[in-house]
Order: sequence, then structure tokens, then C-alpha cells
Amino acid sequence: MKFVSEFRDPEAAKILIAEIEELAADQPARKFMEACGGHTHAIYRHGIESLLPESIEMVHGPGCPVCVIPMGRIDDAISIAEQDGVTMCCFGDLMRVPGGSSTLLEAKAKGADIRVVYSPLDALAIAENEPDRNVVFFAVGFETTAPSTAITVMQARERNVENFSIFCNHVTIVPPMKAILDSPGMELDGFLGPGHVSTVIGTGPYQFVSREYGLPLVTTGFEPVDILQGVAMLLRQLAEGRAEVENQYKRVVRDSGNPAALRMLGEVFELRPHFEWRGLGFIAQSALSLRDEFAGFDAEKHFALPGVRVADPKACQCGEVLKGAIRPWECKVFGTACTPETPIGTCMVSSEGACAAYFNYGRFRAKKRIPVTST
Amino acid sequence: MCVGIPAQVVEILPAERKMAVVEVEGVRREVSIVMVLDDGVQVGDWVLLHVGFAMSVIDEDEARSQLDFMRMLGEAYEEELEAFSAPVPGAEPTA
Repeated sequence: MKFVSEFRDPEAAKILIAEIEELAADQPARKFMEACGGHTHAIYRHGIESLLPESIEMVHGPGCPVCVIPMGRIDDAISIAEQDGVTMCCFGDLMRVPGGSSTLLEAKAKGADIRVVYSPLDALAIAENEPDRNVVFFAVGFETTAPSTAITVMQARERNVENFSIFCNHVTIVPPMKAILDSPGMELDGFLGPGHVSTVIGTGPYQFVSREYGLPLVTTGFEPVDILQGVAMLLRQLAEGRAEVENQYKRVVRDSGNPAALRMLGEVFELRPHFEWRGLGFIAQSALSLRDEFAGFDAEKHFALPGVRVADPKACQCGEVLKGAIRPWECKVFGTACTPETPIGTCMVSSEGACAAYFNYGRFRAKKRIPVTST
Repeated sequence: MCVGIPAQVVEILPAERKMAVVEVEGVRREVSIVMVLDDGVQVGDWVLLHVGFAMSVIDEDEARSQLDFMRMLGEAYEEELEAFSAPVPGAEPTA
């Protein structure tokens, strides 16, 4: 019980672990996917897998928005950044993501004006302060982040900031979940639904998991006790023959989501017909682009982009990791050629990526499950 | 980058701006409150903050829980705090 004693509420954790053991004992082996980078991080950091019965496997899904950006889009961003008069703004964790030939960090070292910003609003402020620069914000992220880009674009329009545009790479959470459920050989028994994405979209969009696939989904918080409770709720549904969308994280996630954020998303963005995901290939209607009314702020309409599809390095198995087909340490280059310092694949770049999280916390615990006695 | 950090509202700026000053670990910054206006966000409230936008109003206990989670993340939280603490382009420091 080494880790349980460190939890905020160790007693609650012990009770949940006992409940999970009891429920799991009467069920076949179960595979649950968490589709949220924050959950992946918490699961590794707290050694939660070692607290679960051996019959329960946690599969780490495509929950990290940085990890799913295909290399070709990084190349496109670099090509924009290298043009005269352009200032490219992005979040810090994009800087080291490998493109086909280099990273944004390397492009910056070679002289491109690439700046790390905390918020898209900062990129807009740069555009307003430096009217002679052509400021492009490299927008990435799921529905958690997309409303902030939408609001920034609306403000740019209100304030007539003409030297500001967005290189839009926003993606949506539901289509990749469907793609994973549809991929051959993927047999999941349920999902821990993402936390912060759900504060925006609510729980409604996950109904397909129960209706079309007959699986339970529990939107779950980030504390160890939350995750244990999420797992217990999934097991309880399975034990009772139910497949429903439940919300463990009610204290933050409303079933209706955030209506203001959803309204602004709808006003600014529309679905792309298809978008490439790293490791998952092209997925229909899985990403956002600016509506025609906002075309003036769309970097893809201002700049000629190479738009070349770059295959992932052969040695890299990020796709298999993202689909949960292999575990991070089962990748051929994990921890040897691919480390957080010199990442080959995106899962190792972002600290929320499954490989980086596992590299930092989990690698010594993989095969050593700590027996938990609940009596 | 998909993380939300708990922040306390210390000042609501003039209504037309839809911005507030929030504090995270002693550092202050102006953030957008467009997404929580319907919740009637007030000074003293805790919000879940993501890339300069308050995403939802949370209670103090939840803020502490989120803070524990963020501190647990270690490096990822430090990077987020560093980014949060970076000067806003063209603005005077608010802290």
C-alpha cells in the first residue's frame, strides 16, 4: 500500500480498491481505455495499475493533442514560420515535436521568428503591438482548447487586427474514439471519459459508446480516488449488465457542458471533411477549420503550404501506442533511441504523452505488480 | 498542454473587456472570463484556467484537489506555471 498512503483520502482509496477486487473477481479480464493525457499521467504517477487486480488492464488512448499531430503539419507550420515577415506563435510543448526534417525549435535557431506564448490572446496582443509582423498562431488541442482559439479569432475580428491568423489544427475527441473502437482486434470493455474536454462538450457526445458499441463510459476526475472510483463504476455497470454514460466528475463536468463555449465553437469553426491523425491515419470529420466568414484569419488561405504527408519513422510505433495495441515499453525504440530528451515519436515529446509519462514514472513498475490486501 | 490549473479571481476588469485578474501560486495575470460569465463569476471565486481562459467556476475544495493534481504532474505543471508567469506581450506586469 505504498502509494495509497500518499493519496488525499487513503481510506476512500482502500474501500474502492476492495470494491474493485470484489467486482473484478466475478468478471472476465477487462480492458479499459482512458482517452485523456491527464489520466494517463495520473495513472502512472500514482502507480494505479499496480493497485488494480491483474485482470484489469488500462489502455492509454489518444488523449494528448500534441501527440496526434502528423509530421506533415509540423512541416507546414515551419514553412509558414520561415516566410519573410512572419511571427509564428505556439504553445511551448510544440517546439520539440519532430516534423519530417526538423522541429520548430531548430527552425527558430536558424532564424525563424517563433515565439512561445501562454495563450492565443498573447499571440493576438503581439499582432496588435507589432503591426508590421504577420502573426500566425499555431492552434492545437481538443475541445478544451478550441474555444479559446475561437474567442481569440472573434476578438481579432472585432478589433480589426488584420495581421493575425490561425494555423488551425484543432481536433475533436469523439471521432478518434470511434476509430479506435472500429479498429480490428481492438476489444475494449469501457472508457474512462476525459475530464477537461467534457467541461466543454458535456457527456452527451459520448452516448454513442453505450448506444452503438454497448460499452460503459464514465467521465472521471484526476485524483487517484477519482480514477479508482471511475474503474469501480465501469465494473459495476458491467456486473449489472448496463452500458451507460455516467459522470463521476460532477463537481466540474456538467452533463450539458459549457453552452457559451459550444456556441462560440459553432460560430467560428466547422468540421473538416477529414484530417490526418498521427498513427491513426485519416479520420473523417475529426478536426476543425475556420468558417468562411473568418477566412481572413485562416493561415491556410494566406500561405502556400507544402501539405506533404510524411510517413512516421519506421522505428516509431506511436500509432500502435495511441491505439492501445502495444504498451509504451513494448515499442522497439522506447527508452533507447527514443527518450524525452531526443524523442522520435510524439508520445515521448509531450509530458502528457503515454511514453513520456511511462518513461518518467512507470518504467520500474511495469512488471512488478504490488499485491494489495484488502482485508 | 491540455491541463487546467486552479486560479483565484482577484479583480473583475471593466465589464466590456470580459477579463479578470486571477492569481496562481502568487502570480497574477489577466485572463478571459467569456466562458464563465453565465456562471456569474465574482472576486474570490476559484476557476479552472486553461491557456488564459477561465473554463469553469469550481469550489475551493475542488481547487485544492486540482492543485494537488497539478503539483503531482511536476514538470508539466512547472512548464504551465512558467508560461502563465511569462509577461503578457505589450502589457505592464500586473503583480
